[in-house]
Amino acid sequence: MKSIGIHLDEYQRESIKKSWSKFSGNYLSVIGLSSVIFVLFVAITSPWIAPYKQSWQPFVDFAHANSPPSWDHLFGTDIYGRDILSRIMYALRYDLLIVVGCLSLDVVPGTILGLLAGYFKGSWLDTVIMRATDIVLAIPAIVLALAIAALLPPTMFNSMMAIASIWWPWYSRLSYGLTTSIRNEYFVQAAELMGENPIRIMFLEILPNFLSPILTKVSLDVGWVILWTSTLSFVGLGVQEPTPALGNMVAAGSRYMPDYWWMAIFPALAIALTIMSFNLLGDGIRDMLAVEEL
Amino acid sequence: MWSFILKRLFSSIFVLFGLSILIFTLTRLVPGDVARLALGPQAPQWAVDAYREKLHLNEPLPVQYWIWITNALHGDLGESVTSRRPVIDDFVQYFPATLELVFFSTIITISLSLIIGAYTGRKANGLADNMFRVLSYFGIAVPAFVWAIISLFLFGFVWKLFPIFGQLDAGIIRPPVVTGMMLIDSVIAGNWTAFVNHLQHIILPSSMLSIARIAQDSKLLRSGMVENLNKDYILAATSYGIPDQRITLRYLLKPSLIPMVSVMGMEIATSIGGSFIIERVFDWPGFGKYGMQAMLMKDVNPIVASVMLIGASCAFFNIIVDVIVAYLDPRIRVMERAT
Repeated sequence: MKSIGIHLDEYQRESIKKSWSKFSGNYLSVIGLSSVIFVLFVAITSPWIAPYKQSWQPFVDFAHANSPPSWDHLFGTDIYGRDILSRIMYALRYDLLIVVGCLSLDVVPGTILGLLAGYFKGSWLDTVIMRATDIVLAIPAIVLALAIAALLPPTMFNSMMAIASIWWPWYSRLSYGLTTSIRNEYFVQAAELMGENPIRIMFLEILPNFLSPILTKVSLDVGWVILWTSTLSFVGLGVQEPTPALGNMVAAGSRYMPDYWWMAIFPALAIALTIMSFNLLGDGIRDMLAVEEL
Repeated sequence: MWSFILKRLFSSIFVLFGLSILIFTLTRLVPGDVARLALGPQAPQWAVDAYREKLHLNEPLPVQYWIWITNALHGDLGESVTSRRPVIDDFVQYFPATLELVFFSTIITISLSLIIGAYTGRKANGLADNMFRVLSYFGIAVPAFVWAIISLFLFGFVWKLFPIFGQLDAGIIRPPVVTGMMLIDSVIAGNWTAFVNHLQHIILPSSMLSIARIAQDSKLLRSGMVENLNKDYILAATSYGIPDQRITLRYLLKPSLIPMVSVMGMEIATSIGGSFIIERVFDWPGFGKYGMQAMLMKDVNPIVASVMLIGASCAFFNIIVDVIVAYLDPRIRVMERAT
């Protein structure tokens, strides 16, 4: 995973081929990759391929309300007559959007904070940043996320913020550990001796060396972020009705549980399978890149 | 040993202090008026003003924090708007029910992970091992509320194996509250109908809290066993002709347990956090349901206090776990003494 440019030399081409054969050797990773591609395809194209396009809006069709799974409505309809399958497709779109937003909100600051703390190891900056990560990690993530989400108005951006604000310490810890180990390498010392700017050293000399563990962690975390967002929206602190999110669909459906079981069970299965496929892909990437820190 | 415990105690007090600053500042810096949020949009302005006065919101932030922390250290965590009682009274009423749930789930977790982990570790890469590996993928990946909904549907509605909501069926006399944990209370009162009925009620929610933990713990135990199986002392024991089963139980299990035990403290705290979701689904009248309610009502005092209570229990269980690990692994004890 050095540089995927157009001009690959023999060695690079060989190493990409080797990585791919390692990845495709594990059938679980291949299943993960193909189902992630499927999920992404559905999420991106949902406005065009969803069978009932008005279902994501505040829309009622009481003639078809509460109908069980059938050929017209594969996953049935909810109490307003909205098609559950179409709503799941739209919900995937929103949930994956939250994942993208959330990861970009915490990967970058988390990594940079860890880099700073690791580079200035032993200084006050190190103490402040690493003690702050200890404090955020001192209680189970779910509680802090719930508390933050509860205090903010329930919008999509705020649920991204709530999750991002509990997740950055993991990236700080990872990049802290990597920075402190790379710091003592000769090329960093050489750059320091030549009087290079510390910011240049941090971002151009140190950071490029641990992009692959960071990216691996990102791919492993996608599943977790989906888990947290769906949990937040399940308890009513995330994306609100009528906008579909997988969590709030399960919550809405669970009220009509024994009789209209399809309203909760299908979104619940969609959550489970989406998270599973991202986790399988993440594990495959970790094994392929042989990242040992994670 | 004591200096080791004291050291851990000091560092957790520091962390808890930091956590209290963090959560307190968050609640005060929230956009909009905290008092207005807590009382709701219909509350008259004079009531909001009075509540602002009560929370000392008109003082500067450090003064507010100082007032709050001195009161909290004297056991006064403020009043809840929703229940109209001191938060500490609510905690005393609701927390034992959650602890009961979490302890019961810990018992399930430990016994099942021991069996699964020891078996798959000894027969690594066999059929059962591969089967449990796939299952543990699901166990870790799928959110607890999804498990809860699916199990509610299957065990509660389709097969009707377990009662679904609450702690007791209607019409069963509640045992008088002594500890707040109903299994213990009903034994004290000698009320066996309540005991059996409560046992049926607790199995489903506590199993849902256990699934992710069993998946993680049995994996840790398995990898510990696989690692230790290649060590010289096991080879020595085998060549002495000690039976396999005896080796597993006496020599292999104890050192392999360490990774599993050391995550146990964080796991218990995570389960208390997980009860926020599970108790809502199963309508379990405990701390999780109470805390979740406070969060949905934006009731400031219980929110801050709940976060602190979970932080404190996390620190507490982690210290206990450290002591157990030090007992299991003599090297840790010796290293601590040396430093």
